[in-house]
Amino acid sequence: MKISFQINGVDREVDAPPMKRLLDVLREDLRLTGTKEGCGEGECGACSVIVNGEVINSCLAPICQMQGVTVLTVEGLSRDGRLDSLQQAFLECGAAQCGICTPGMLISARSLLNTNSHPTRDEIKEAIAGNLCRCTGYIKIIDAIEQAALTSQATPRA
Amino acid sequence: MIYAPTAVAPTSLDEVYELLSERGGRAKIIAGGTDLMVALNAESLNAKEFIDIWRLNELRGIDDEGETIRIGALTTYTQLIKSPLILSSVPALVEASRTIGAIQIQNRGTIGGNIVNASPAGDSLPVLAAFDAEVEIGSIRGVRRIDFNQFYIGYRQTVMDADEILLAIRMRKLNPNEQSFFFKVGTRRAQAISKIVTAVKIGITGAEINFINIALGSVAPTVIRAKLTESLLTNAPLDTTIIERARRTISQEIAPITDVRSTEHYRRTVAGNALAKILRRLM
Repeated sequence: MKISFQINGVDREVDAPPMKRLLDVLREDLRLTGTKEGCGEGECGACSVIVNGEVINSCLAPICQMQGVTVLTVEGLSRDGRLDSLQQAFLECGAAQCGICTPGMLISARSLLNTNSHPTRDEIKEAIAGNLCRCTGYIKIIDAIEQAALTSQATPRA
Repeated sequence: MIYAPTAVAPTSLDEVYELLSERGGRAKIIAGGTDLMVALNAESLNAKEFIDIWRLNELRGIDDEGETIRIGALTTYTQLIKSPLILSSVPALVEASRTIGAIQIQNRGTIGGNIVNASPAGDSLPVLAAFDAEVEIGSIRGVRRIDFNQFYIGYRQTVMDADEILLAIRMRKLNPNEQSFFFKVGTRRAQAISKIVTAVKIGITGAEINFINIALGSVAPTVIRAKLTESLLTNAPLDTTIIERARRTISQEIAPITDVRSTEHYRRTVAGNALAKILRRLM
């Protein structure tokens, strides 16, 4: 079936089987491979994307439900070659090791900062509770999100 | 992965009823997909046809009916968490919703999905059982209402017929002399499936318990009410002696199994401790 939606600010149309996962449409049809597959069952958050302003697991969303929505993936975070304040803070704080969880972490953090520009550490932890990292121990990720909140002016991104 | 299944997206409830009466036995209803997509990805779900109701907004929303509230089946956990009406009238449901998955799941998972998925570990279900909720089910034949506590007839089995769809759940609001509690134990706070989950609704005057509804999940093939422990506590004075007796009674009353998440012994012990903890907070 044909589905049109807006992804990272660009209108796109795909022709895909209705129950194909949004994750696979992003990676295979649109070649947006920043979004990762971890567990494929909604546990790890590596495939997190923002749909109509809400963070969801793209491995659990069939493409047939995406008609007319707006999607933000990790590729849409930077603008005009400038990194999102979160990406910059992740770099500076050493918040990535193997990197598989990083796109999902950035998306969940972006979703948090869009609605809460000065979160507490507990609010940050709750916002990334659905994103598993097996390398860092989370401390540097939380530090990075905290730093991004301090350094950036709140610029909500869809 | 092979994506053989088809999906139709009806735009009205009447259309859903017609589709279900034609192909109810074959087609599977999908809403937020947080359970079904897992099964589909794991190829443990063989459905060839899906009826996609995600956009059916007439099934979404929370209504204040005066004495009762009505929650549309498609209402997400995020919507429940953010609702001041749910917070004041069924506070345990807000607590339960906050422990379900994490934000990604709360944004897509629906209360109706939790009910019809019929897992004994469904985290919202003990709250509905403790509140003596009523479910509203519709089909081309009409709408019927059933006590939630009679909705499950076995492991993952409900009273619903193949042509029926869950429309809403209805509960009486908490009165000023009543309180509700929710307690869940899992391997971690977010994401993990419960080892044991319990919800309590209690009415107290002074130091006397007028009534108590105790519901538990993950300790039986379906969500259950602890009727023996409830009768022990009804009209009893709330003191340390009765709390100890309640702890022992509920541990013996339930019949949990040992599985990958927990042992029988652990579940019996924690069920007792959870109830004691809740009751002590009221002293």
